[in-house]
Amino acid sequence: MSDLRELYLEMVTDHAKNPRHRGKAEPCDCIGTGNNPLCGDKIVVTVHKDGDTIETVKFDGEGCAISTASADLMAEVLAGKTVEDAKILFDGFHELVAGEGTPEVPKKLAVFSGVREFPMRVKCATLAWHTVIAALDGAEEVSTE
Amino acid sequence: MKQTSQFAEAFPALNQHVGDKPLVYLDSAATTQKPQCVIDAVEHYYENDNANIHRGVHQLSMRATKAYEGARSKVASLLGAQSSDEIIFVRGATEAINLVAQAWGRPRLGAGDEVLITEMEHHSNIVPWQLLCEQTGAALKVASVHDDGSLDVDSFKELLGEHTAVAAFAHVSNAIGTVNPVKELCELASAAGAVTIVDGAQATGHMKVDVQSMGCDFYATSGHKMFGPTGIGCLYGKHALLEEMEPWQGGGDMILSVSFEETTWNKVPFKFEAGTPNIAGAIGLGAACDYISGIGYDAIQEVEHELLAYGTDVLSNIDGVTLIGTARQKCAILAFTVDGVHPHDVGTICDHEGVAIRTGNHCAEPLMHRFGLSATCRASLSIYNSPADIDALATAIRKAITMLG
Repeated sequence: MSDLRELYLEMVTDHAKNPRHRGKAEPCDCIGTGNNPLCGDKIVVTVHKDGDTIETVKFDGEGCAISTASADLMAEVLAGKTVEDAKILFDGFHELVAGEGTPEVPKKLAVFSGVREFPMRVKCATLAWHTVIAALDGAEEVSTE
Repeated sequence: MKQTSQFAEAFPALNQHVGDKPLVYLDSAATTQKPQCVIDAVEHYYENDNANIHRGVHQLSMRATKAYEGARSKVASLLGAQSSDEIIFVRGATEAINLVAQAWGRPRLGAGDEVLITEMEHHSNIVPWQLLCEQTGAALKVASVHDDGSLDVDSFKELLGEHTAVAAFAHVSNAIGTVNPVKELCELASAAGAVTIVDGAQATGHMKVDVQSMGCDFYATSGHKMFGPTGIGCLYGKHALLEEMEPWQGGGDMILSVSFEETTWNKVPFKFEAGTPNIAGAIGLGAACDYISGIGYDAIQEVEHELLAYGTDVLSNIDGVTLIGTARQKCAILAFTVDGVHPHDVGTICDHEGVAIRTGNHCAEPLMHRFGLSATCRASLSIYNSPADIDALATAIRKAITMLG
């Protein structure tokens, strides 16, 4: 059976307990709300952009360790990237947690590779990503259902 | 205390490992496991008697009809109905409530009428009424819940009035296990002139239900929460009310005669069973009724009360665990939160220990909001559980606290 420690790596539990990017991006150029009806989680992601470059990503809301850590590490990874980069990173991340391949992703996202063995938790790991992509695309609310 | 339940043996699915851990099934409020006799009854029907009912003159159809109608009698007798034609087979409690909302409520309600529910309802006893209110202009009223999870009966009384057309409430809360004083609520609502419907999905697998002494007009339940198959449940309705109601779905079997000029309805309960029903499911539910009767609700209650007391004690003694819902009248459902650990993570760590619990809002979002929560963990027990199962849960919770708390 898949090892729990691969799901809850130290970097994941650290960012879950002490998220660095909780709050609201100022000025806020894009905002998105994500819901996971399965667990009742709700997340609000705000983005400050300079032209096509993402300057700051912040998130707020309540979630499990996986969704909180994923949102926090996503915010770190996306700072300084373009919208196009963000979409490519999300594709890689999605493949990492829900696919079968071995995508190349930044180290800070690779810590979620264990999620693949826990299919019920894929939605937790991807909620913030779905939300930020929707926010960048101008949609307001997404749901993982 | 005995470490295994004498009833567990009858349930084949309980005898397995999840990963390298023996399965500890604590999610019976979502669905109960099935005893061998129920599985056998369904298999026997498909292997021997499979035919459509109520129409064939051949042997198999007659046997299938006899088994299907026999199941109806068993349900009627288990619920204490006056006669088996007061039992309508449906997909489950959800469909039963929708049937009442649409077939009884929709033609009768209008602006100025009110539907009274409670804050602890499952979404299945909220949303059908919201739909009905939208369709008819009636208003939804909600009785509140005390901090311990019991119903605030005074608030229920205050909201009852001459405008209350329907009062709909759970017999047992699926999220926190509160047992409501249904007889008292039915008396109050009937005295105010309202029609009553009790959502019994969480009751019939655990406690004696007598619809006549309870005094409800309608009673809804699901087979799969009382050891029966999924996709089958029943609606009990007082005969006179069922007679007054128009059908809610049209099709075969619910008619006496059909012509393009005029179609006449079959009698109750067939009027409400359009199309080929879940025959195997009904037969399985009949077998589940036999299983329950064979053990007896007194014996079931004795086992479950003991488990509830032990579980309450064990969980209360874990630092950081808070029980949600501690009403005096309770079924064996333990809802709880763990400080600093999200329910979803508790659920994954429990699963890793072989312990199956439910986490989330339990289809009772308004009740979660009432307690200022977005989710809880829920361990729900049945006769096949043992104190050792609770100990396994406690071990898993401690592991979650160590890892993430």
